[in-house]
Amino acid sequence: MTGQPDTAATEPVIPDHFQAPHPAKGTTRVLPGFKITLGLTLFYLSAIVIIPLIALVARPWEHGWQGFQFVLTDTRVLHALHLSFITALAAAVVNAVAGLAVAWVLTRYNFPGRKLLDALIDLPFALPTAVAGIALSSLYASNGWIGSITEPLGLKIAYTPIGIFLALTFIGLPFVVRSVQPVLAEFEAEVEEAAETLGATDFQTAFRVILPALMPSLVTGFSLALARGVGEYGSVIFIAGNMPYVSEIAPLLIVIKLQEFDYAGAASVGVIMLAMSLAILLVLNITQRFFANVGSAK
Amino acid sequence: MSLIVKNINKTFTNFPALRDVTFEAKSGEFIALLGPSGSGKTTLLRLLAGLDTPNTGEISFEGENYLKLNPRDRRVGMVFQSYALFRHMTVAQNIAFGLNVRPVKERSSKSEIKATVERLLKLIQLEDLGKRYPSQLSGGQRQRVALARALAINPRLLLLDEPFGALDALVRKDLRRWLKRIHHETGVTTIFVTHDQEEALDLADRVVVLKSGKVEQIGTPLDIHSNPKSAFVFDFLGSANKAQGSVKSGVAQFDGFSAPVIGAANDGDYVLRFRPYEAQLSRGGPGLPVTVTAVLPAGSTLRLELTGTDGALFETQHTHGSEAQGFQVGDTLRLKPERVYAYA
Repeated sequence: MTGQPDTAATEPVIPDHFQAPHPAKGTTRVLPGFKITLGLTLFYLSAIVIIPLIALVARPWEHGWQGFQFVLTDTRVLHALHLSFITALAAAVVNAVAGLAVAWVLTRYNFPGRKLLDALIDLPFALPTAVAGIALSSLYASNGWIGSITEPLGLKIAYTPIGIFLALTFIGLPFVVRSVQPVLAEFEAEVEEAAETLGATDFQTAFRVILPALMPSLVTGFSLALARGVGEYGSVIFIAGNMPYVSEIAPLLIVIKLQEFDYAGAASVGVIMLAMSLAILLVLNITQRFFANVGSAK
Repeated sequence: MSLIVKNINKTFTNFPALRDVTFEAKSGEFIALLGPSGSGKTTLLRLLAGLDTPNTGEISFEGENYLKLNPRDRRVGMVFQSYALFRHMTVAQNIAFGLNVRPVKERSSKSEIKATVERLLKLIQLEDLGKRYPSQLSGGQRQRVALARALAINPRLLLLDEPFGALDALVRKDLRRWLKRIHHETGVTTIFVTHDQEEALDLADRVVVLKSGKVEQIGTPLDIHSNPKSAFVFDFLGSANKAQGSVKSGVAQFDGFSAPVIGAANDGDYVLRFRPYEAQLSRGGPGLPVTVTAVLPAGSTLRLELTGTDGALFETQHTHGSEAQGFQVGDTLRLKPERVYAYA
């Protein structure tokens, strides 16, 4: 049609200036810069996380193993560690249950004020912890709104471990809610309906169908709340009363040791907390992987 | 009659989803609810399962008022378009779910449940995959698991919501044949929702055609196919050619020829419809003047696309090797319908 001879159409014509495309080099990913981003990731993690942790682990040894052992066996230290981990654990457990319920209500029901309530969840994140601490202690002190009611009934909250537990509960709630909420929102209504048509009661649907699907995110929220609770300082010290052997938490003990210029002692407590936290997070990670693996290709 | 649906109305916020729907199903019958998306067929299925309640109307099954029963007690097996399998359970656990959640008094023993699961795995031809998780299965396999799970509770009524909607054409055809066999073996009354007319006519004993929440026609596949009651049903069941013409005493009059007419009783001008496979093409003689615009040889029939003098589009189907083989793009031909349908 363009006036070319018929024979030209039978053979492929390759123009002289034609060049074969470059062969692909290395990995052929859509997004470039794997090496740059990996380098940045390693640098960032080292600078922000790994190097400070190494510095912490290197610090306690100026009095040798004996100095470390001395701190480790100090009953005041042991008591503070015990208190910190137990209250954080209790608060995380309560938050796992209550946070699940809150996430459920916020995703499953529509009611006036839902958006406002949803925004309120983040408040413990956003609030300076000291502000929260002051608010809580004034509320639960013997002359506070709640404290003045409970104390005549024999329940002393401020300046006791119960106060610490309350502060940690306040701090930990958003972690559970925000972990569970998106998973719950994406849960297909049809799966629940299928369970119902198969004869499951609401209770059976909740515990056999919905809860197992939520488990990985619930464990994530629980471990975040626990980790935050163990290290929490600002909101606790106001309500705790900080009596040695009664309501003194481990992070406070570190501050006290620092004020006494006992840097090695402070670092020792820090290293012990680090080891315990790592162990707990490891266990939770394994638990979570177990739940996440169930139902996905191995 | 085992299932009776009577005068059902269902309105979502300002939107009537179902209007005065009435139909019945005999025990063991396979009914297809056919309609385009938005015609209310899935809503109707959800009402039967008890996942929604109608505003007015009655649903009864074997004399029992279904509307008074909650979904758990209706004993319906529902298969969802999205499969809705339990992701954290194995295939076997999924199938056993309906048996395991029974109240302790009615629950079968562990070994009985295991035997039921094995029998169903065999029925769906997935004997070796009982220990797999749904995420490790293909779409067609998941759909079969969903069906087995629904059959496990020995349902009185099986409800299928576009069960093959998300699958590719070959798997669909395969599953269609297989579903027919399962229905034959179990004999359970089945209601099947689809927007695929071929699927509906292939599978069902009777078809209920829905349009914007209203029943348009109920009948056997043959009935629906050869005698569509409205222009909507005619158009929905397959390609339709349309031509202007008039009807006089039961015969359609065109320019220079006539054809037998089905439908309209009254004389007057109509948009007359005819099927691509119910028309003759010739190089001369009586017929609508048309020009060939495309010859499509793929598939079981030879298809021709034609344009009329006024720009109207037509399609015809011919057997391979018929004289239509000789027509080429650009040929001017005469198109003569063998029979036409007229709707007011």
